[in-house]
Amino acid sequence: MFELERWEEIFDTIRKNKLRTFLTGLSVASGIFILVILLGIGEGMRNGISQEFQRDAANIIYVYTGVTSKEYKGLNPGRRIQMKNEDFNYTALKHQDDLEYKSSIFRIWNGIVNFGKESGSYRVEGVYPDYQFLENSGMVEGRFVNYKDHENFEKVVAIGKKVRDDLFKDGKDPLGEYVQISGINFKVIGVFTDPGGEREESLVFMPLSTAQRVFGGANNIANMAFTLEPEDNFEAALAASNYFSTEIENQLKETHTIAPEDESAVSINNSLENAKRFYDLMDMIKFFFWGVGICTIIAGVVGVSNIMLIIVKERTREIGIRKALGAEPLSIVGMVLHESIFVTAIAGFIGLIASLMLLEFVGPLIETQYISNPAVNFNVALTTVFILVIAGAIAGFFPAWRAARIKPIEALRDE
Amino acid sequence: MIEIRDLHKSYKVGSNSLHVLKGINFNVAEGELVSIMGSSGSGKSTLLNILGMLDEADEGSYTLDGVVIKNLNEKIAARYRNKFLGFVFQSFNLISYKNALDNVALPLYYQGIKRGERIDKAMSYLEKVGLADWAGHLPNELSGGQKQRVAIARALASDPKVLLADEPTGALDSKTSYDVMNLIQEINDEGRTILVVTHEPDIAAMTKRIVNLKDGRIIQDTQVNQVRAQENV
Ligand SMILES: Nc1ncnc2c1ncn2[C@@H]1O[C@H](COP(=O)(O)OP(=O)(O)OP(=O)(O)O)[C@@H](O)[C@H]1O
Ligand SMILES: [Mg+2]
Repeated sequence: MFELERWEEIFDTIRKNKLRTFLTGLSVASGIFILVILLGIGEGMRNGISQEFQRDAANIIYVYTGVTSKEYKGLNPGRRIQMKNEDFNYTALKHQDDLEYKSSIFRIWNGIVNFGKESGSYRVEGVYPDYQFLENSGMVEGRFVNYKDHENFEKVVAIGKKVRDDLFKDGKDPLGEYVQISGINFKVIGVFTDPGGEREESLVFMPLSTAQRVFGGANNIANMAFTLEPEDNFEAALAASNYFSTEIENQLKETHTIAPEDESAVSINNSLENAKRFYDLMDMIKFFFWGVGICTIIAGVVGVSNIMLIIVKERTREIGIRKALGAEPLSIVGMVLHESIFVTAIAGFIGLIASLMLLEFVGPLIETQYISNPAVNFNVALTTVFILVIAGAIAGFFPAWRAARIKPIEALRDE
Repeated sequence: MIEIRDLHKSYKVGSNSLHVLKGINFNVAEGELVSIMGSSGSGKSTLLNILGMLDEADEGSYTLDGVVIKNLNEKIAARYRNKFLGFVFQSFNLISYKNALDNVALPLYYQGIKRGERIDKAMSYLEKVGLADWAGHLPNELSGGQKQRVAIARALASDPKVLLADEPTGALDSKTSYDVMNLIQEINDEGRTILVVTHEPDIAAMTKRIVNLKDGRIIQDTQVNQVRAQENV
């Protein structure tokens, strides 16, 4: 029909019914606002939890041993399984093409570390150079232990940031200084940080060879850690990682004469398996927020429908007058819908822009442990506005249609 | 202009049916000013609503300006109302959020006339009813007589064949009533056909013909010597 004329008529109506327009708009705008903020917080939670999980390399496979629980080939249960350098070397060689990083770990218990008058108890470990990448550590200054240190049994250590802060007061530079571990001097060659935070920065690393020699470790190792070369996708990575875990478990069980079904003697912590749990958790969070979001939309739609119902009721007499003056039913429906779509669309965008601005400016300031950088996909937000507008239109259609079909005399009798 | 034959209308009230119009036969020629009288509940409004296509008869025929009005769907009825008829109600029925001018312009909107022309035309009708100065006022800023004059201007705006007025003076005092009747007489003087439903004999006396309704039948239909409203003011 006469489009421009219709617009004029709509604007006229809106201008002269400000409160009604405001209330409709408010409910739509606040619905969208709440929804976008909600989705933003959901995203922020995903980001926050992701960071929590990024302490170690995402695909690390950790091997440690315990005590046998089953009798096997005449050997009693209760045997402590001790891994040796040979175990590590064998695996490293056998899988050399598949492995990205690899390290065995020798643990020094009771690691009291002194510098001058200061002292503290830290985890002290002998590791290979690759361990820096397995731990996802970054260097603040100096360097990590390297292969030369390892070959030469150097008495050097890389210390965590927390260790530095504890032992080296007044901002003293630790590089080149000597710390005592169980009374033996070690030269500090580097300071590292770890995304895992303080707990992972309260560590002291030295070359594996040095650790075994100085602390009477013979060729014993406590753990082994590996990462595999990256795969194209998560599923492939998970498959490779599970395959490798099984291989290494079987290998160790064979070497150390352990019953194949013994669950406690060899443990393999496959973080991709954990990652899968983590991704599942992510999906659950996502589903939860979408669920809440959809409920919000439904509530919004119900709200808009209600308002439309009231508006149409309130306008019954006006509709009767218009019909008496020659308005066709379709033009009545068109008028009501046109107005409602226009108002919900404008209000929806206002809510959208307000919430996006809030996320944009306030979002980055939120840095709690579990929420970080809440944000929302603009297209998703836009889609929700359209859903609400369309739903509002559909919801408005039925009362409008009914009103348009009431006989004018009945509408006019309506007091 | 109007020809009705054997018109019947019943309303359903619960399980009973109330026979309101019991065979009305009635012609109105172009340029007539007819008043329909009768006691309350006699079926005056019902008759007028059927003539105005706001309601439909159960039986009988109705011809308006040569067009047979039958089995109308809503859309056609709306078009005919817009083209042929102008309504004036007892309770004015102005749209409360539109000012006098926009109210008068509304039938023209439904005729598809552009805004500029609409406003010009509406203004000329407001002038005709003597309310040009009140064009920008909302209905609730107008007196009852002024509201009814706006309603008359609105009814005239679409240049209808017939003006139908259901107790146009019912909510007005006698002085204002005569003003409104004066206006109606002037419009009739220009040749427009007008039907007025009224209770009041003095108002009926200002028309040219009085039709008396009782229990859904016409009991009397007389031409009268018109009393000019001007003389009573
Ligand atoms: N929609 C309806 N449903 C049921 N009954 C109705 C309806 N409209 C009118 N009536 C009945 O029809 C009869 C005639 O009504 P109508 O409005 O035509 O009377 P009237 O002559 O205009 O009376 P008044 O002078 O009081 O306006 C009344 O008894 C009324 O109750
Ligand atoms: Mg009546």
